[in-house]
Amino acid sequence: MDIEMVSQHIKRADLLQMYYYLLLTRSLEDRITALYRQGRIVGGCYTSHGMEAIAVGYASAIERDDVIAPFHRDMGAFLIRGITPGEVLAQYLGKRTGPTKGKDGNVHMGDLKRGVLGFVSHLADNLPVATGAALAFKIRGESRVVVAGTGDGGTSRGDFHEAMNFAAVRKLPVVFFCNNNQYAYSTPQRLQMAITDVVDRAMAYGMPGEIVDGNDVAAVYLASKRAAARARAGEGPTFLEFKTMRMHGHSEHDAAKYVPHELLEEWKAKDPILKAERLLTQLGYGDEGYFQEVADRAKKEVEAGLEFADHSPLPEGREVLEGVFASEEEVQS
Amino acid sequence: MTTATTSVEISYLEAISQALDEEMARDERVFLMGEDIGAYGGAFKITEGFLQKYGEWRVLDTPLAESGFVGAAIGAAMMGLRPVVEMQFADFISCAFDQITEVAAKNHYRWGAAVPMVIRAPFGGGVHGGPFHSECPEGWFFHSPGLKLVAPSTPYDAKGLLKAAIRDPNPVIYFEHKFLYRRIKATLPQHDYIVPIGKADVKRAGNDISVITYGAMVHLALEAAQLLAQEGIDLDVVDLRTLIPLDKETVYGSVRKTGKAILLHEDNKTGGIGAEVAALLAEECFDCLDGPIVRIAPPDTPVPFSTPLEEFFLPKTGDIVEAARKLAAY
Ligand SMILES: Cc1ncc(C[n+]2csc(CCOP(=O)(O)OP(=O)(O)O)c2C)c(N)n1
Repeated sequence: MDIEMVSQHIKRADLLQMYYYLLLTRSLEDRITALYRQGRIVGGCYTSHGMEAIAVGYASAIERDDVIAPFHRDMGAFLIRGITPGEVLAQYLGKRTGPTKGKDGNVHMGDLKRGVLGFVSHLADNLPVATGAALAFKIRGESRVVVAGTGDGGTSRGDFHEAMNFAAVRKLPVVFFCNNNQYAYSTPQRLQMAITDVVDRAMAYGMPGEIVDGNDVAAVYLASKRAAARARAGEGPTFLEFKTMRMHGHSEHDAAKYVPHELLEEWKAKDPILKAERLLTQLGYGDEGYFQEVADRAKKEVEAGLEFADHSPLPEGREVLEGVFASEEEVQS
Repeated sequence: MTTATTSVEISYLEAISQALDEEMARDERVFLMGEDIGAYGGAFKITEGFLQKYGEWRVLDTPLAESGFVGAAIGAAMMGLRPVVEMQFADFISCAFDQITEVAAKNHYRWGAAVPMVIRAPFGGGVHGGPFHSECPEGWFFHSPGLKLVAPSTPYDAKGLLKAAIRDPNPVIYFEHKFLYRRIKATLPQHDYIVPIGKADVKRAGNDISVITYGAMVHLALEAAQLLAQEGIDLDVVDLRTLIPLDKETVYGSVRKTGKAILLHEDNKTGGIGAEVAALLAEECFDCLDGPIVRIAPPDTPVPFSTPLEEFFLPKTGDIVEAARKLAAY
């Protein structure tokens, strides 16, 4: 990202905050991966390793009362919305103090109070839902927006297209994004779609789109800000394609032998944390000592979170029966 | 008939692979579609090596679009091919619900077009999959005339039923239980065989109480039967194997013999297959019942993730033992 552009349009404090969340995400997910390897986390274990800038960038670009519908590689967005590392770890360990109280695992969590629509495994299922949240804002004349995303694979589902179309027709305040990390599980993009840029899908719905360097947190932030401003101004949805690369397997059980080694090498050099550090250095906002200090702070927070999660109780068996139906008091107003 | 057997035991998972491989070798109309089934060999590695063996037009990696590739399978089936599609997890079958229930199920009834295709759906819990990777969605399709539903519990049945499903002129949903994949092994006959669709199997003959079940629960029932045998309670374990069309004669035969029935399944209780079998027994076998019909099934909640929750949720051997003791007292 152009230094001038960044210094003009992003506050120093905001940029430093984003850097902190990049490290917190990396640190938390590395810890989760280690726990998974130790057999302490059961089930799926998807990380955003190498893609952290996307969630951190878009979640930093919006306001408190906006809403997000995050994707399964958006850990940073959960954190920025206020779901603590402790709660995340409790969720992964199936503890009662996780956002789903043990009912669901990994990133399958949400919290309306913090403006996070709970992730649904079925990819793109949440995009029409996000459109509906935006519709509510529009009907009530509120100046709130929704940011909702999926992977390149997820853009093949009908729900993606139905959501995009409806949002465009009604000029709803949504920002759609795709984290194009070039693979959907083992499926390379060329077997997923016959286009090179996912952003081309937006054109068919009469929606503006933009290709963004997904490993550059400043670029993600600024693009998300622009799209959110457009949505808030009543001009309708925007589609952002964040180009990136999935650096780990689909889930931690997957060695990803189908990904060419050179491709990983190429993208390793574009690591979002390295990129952010380069930017901060150029701007004179930080140096090696500062980076180390932030890394230590992030690590400490993760360890404190693990302490909390470890000391949290598991749910009792019969709690499975609770919560099938809602009560009147729980309805959002 | 004498059956030649190989001496090696194979797993439930390998039995499924073998069935696919043999059917593809036998009939060039058979081809596969699904997410990550090609170079990767499928999320569970059922189709490992198939791409190299059969090429990319018989082992197609699809875009992530269940409705799209199920619809495509329907079209290809009507044009004379025999598609077998894989759901990465049975849970994602909901994304293809419309194509399955409105198109595949009704085409033949409405306008006489046969749709010979198979949808493989890895289903069931016990693997810490949580609400979106553990479901038993058979109930949704049980109520959709025009589909056949099968759910094998052993390697023998897994292989034979998949072959029968591929050769069937109708859309068949093949529910393979992922908890059984690597846990259940058996030595299978070497020759080509099928397990006919629509035929239940008595996995253990007994005189006191019928346990009518399918899928992974069959093994739970067999475990309970062993424990109960020590107390002199003799279970007749009926493995439905096919859910549609239901083998009513075998079910009635068992209950006429024992006079008592436990209906056991992993799908949640309300509106499950047990409910239908209970109604059939009330209609057809009322006069031979010596006790209440008992259903054992999970509560009406999604499948939970956390271990204590999932353990509470899933039926246990003890539930069967307890129910059988109570029934035996009648
Ligand atoms: C409807 C549906 N089908 C299949 C799956 C299984 N699945 C989980 S993630 C995934 C690949 C996702 O790829 P993409 O959307 O590109 O996101 P990425 O994981 O690469 O970030 C698949 C096939 C699913 N979650 N939902």
